[in-house]
Amino acid sequence: MKPTPFDYASPATLAEAVSLLSARDANAMPIAGGQSLMPVLAFRLAAPKLLVDLRRIPGLNRIETNSEGVHLGAMVRWRDIEDDARLDNAHPLLKAAIEHVAHYQIRNRGTIGGSLAHADPAAELPGIAVTCDGIINAAGPNGARTIRAAEFFLGPLSTALKTGEIITGLQLSPWSVARRWGFEEISRRRGDFAITAIGLFYDTDAAGRAANTHIGVIGACRRPHRIAEAEAALNGCAVNDASILAAAKVAATAVDPPEDLHAPARYRRALVETLVERALRQAAARSTRGNT
Amino acid sequence: MTIQFEVNGKAVKVEVEPRTHLADCLRHGLGLTGTHVGCEHGVCGACTVIVNGEAVRSCLMLAVQAEGAKIITVEGLSRDEALSPLQAAFRKHHALQCGFCTPGMITTAHALLTDEPDADIKRIREVLSGNLCRCTGYIPIVEAVMEARAAYRK
Repeated sequence: MKPTPFDYASPATLAEAVSLLSARDANAMPIAGGQSLMPVLAFRLAAPKLLVDLRRIPGLNRIETNSEGVHLGAMVRWRDIEDDARLDNAHPLLKAAIEHVAHYQIRNRGTIGGSLAHADPAAELPGIAVTCDGIINAAGPNGARTIRAAEFFLGPLSTALKTGEIITGLQLSPWSVARRWGFEEISRRRGDFAITAIGLFYDTDAAGRAANTHIGVIGACRRPHRIAEAEAALNGCAVNDASILAAAKVAATAVDPPEDLHAPARYRRALVETLVERALRQAAARSTRGNT
Repeated sequence: MTIQFEVNGKAVKVEVEPRTHLADCLRHGLGLTGTHVGCEHGVCGACTVIVNGEAVRSCLMLAVQAEGAKIITVEGLSRDEALSPLQAAFRKHHALQCGFCTPGMITTAHALLTDEPDADIKRIREVLSGNLCRCTGYIPIVEAVMEARAAYRK
């Protein structure tokens, strides 16, 4: 189907974009790569009067890695993350998760800001942002603000962004070299949205026990979230068959998966158990030196 | 709105509504009907064109976003009478039947092999997984792209 008619603007500055988006009765939406928004418009799930294209705004397409961690500008594309060798060590979990995002052509245009704003509970990046306690940067009519990823996603296609606000980037805290991590996903076709995916990591204490465990669920949820019960089950344990299976079982009972045409809830719940187990085994098998 | 960009080496100027996606602009505005519109929501890959050297789905890009871009469509990949290496390989391996998906397969494969002439079968399958074909079962298409690699290694 064709979108409903709208006007189009491509401002050269962030301030101008914010002012267009926040004008009274603007009914405006920002567009970056358009890889989520264009289908939304085609299905007429949204009918804005104005699209504000962010493509001419400078400085939003940088990937920075430093002692603060990794900062992804909102206009960074999947392709840019894929091509950036620094991220292999600076954030291997992000890199592994992004390999599952969409198909070749979409990866050339889809952006991280677009994915966060679209807030599909089955999308990888929002899941990683939540799992890693990411901070979302936004600019709006009242200036810049930061929003914790855990509080950003409110439900399917729903975020804490206010009228006129634009995502400017995502901050992920520093990664430690010895950190163990795993990412596992099941989808109908590689590149499609996840039916269920699990991203996780943990550090190990001097005695080799898991600490600081973060386990995040994608797809089997109304919004991506950490599974605190499963994290607690693993923390303080030596990571072995028994603790892995126990954490996986706890995870499966803790989630509240939706039911839709792609999969019944009980299937997603079973996937959570299987994928937590697989991702923990992946993490445990990883060498402590280097992350590949 | 009036927009200007380059298609297959030729500068063009075209009048579009802001809501017109690039595929409709190419087909209706410029008569380049080689680009096919299948699902129109970014699933099937039939509308793939090459924008500034990168394969994109032209149904997921507004024509107005292509202002100033260099676009190559499937028409830009043929050599008059002679077959291009990809065309010849598709013919040899029977990599098309109804032909609806073929323009998207050719543009996608061209973008891939231009960037990665040594792509292995796993990479080729992964990249082509974004393009649906309901006739061939994909195997002949993968074989054709494998064979065409030689022509891109220079």
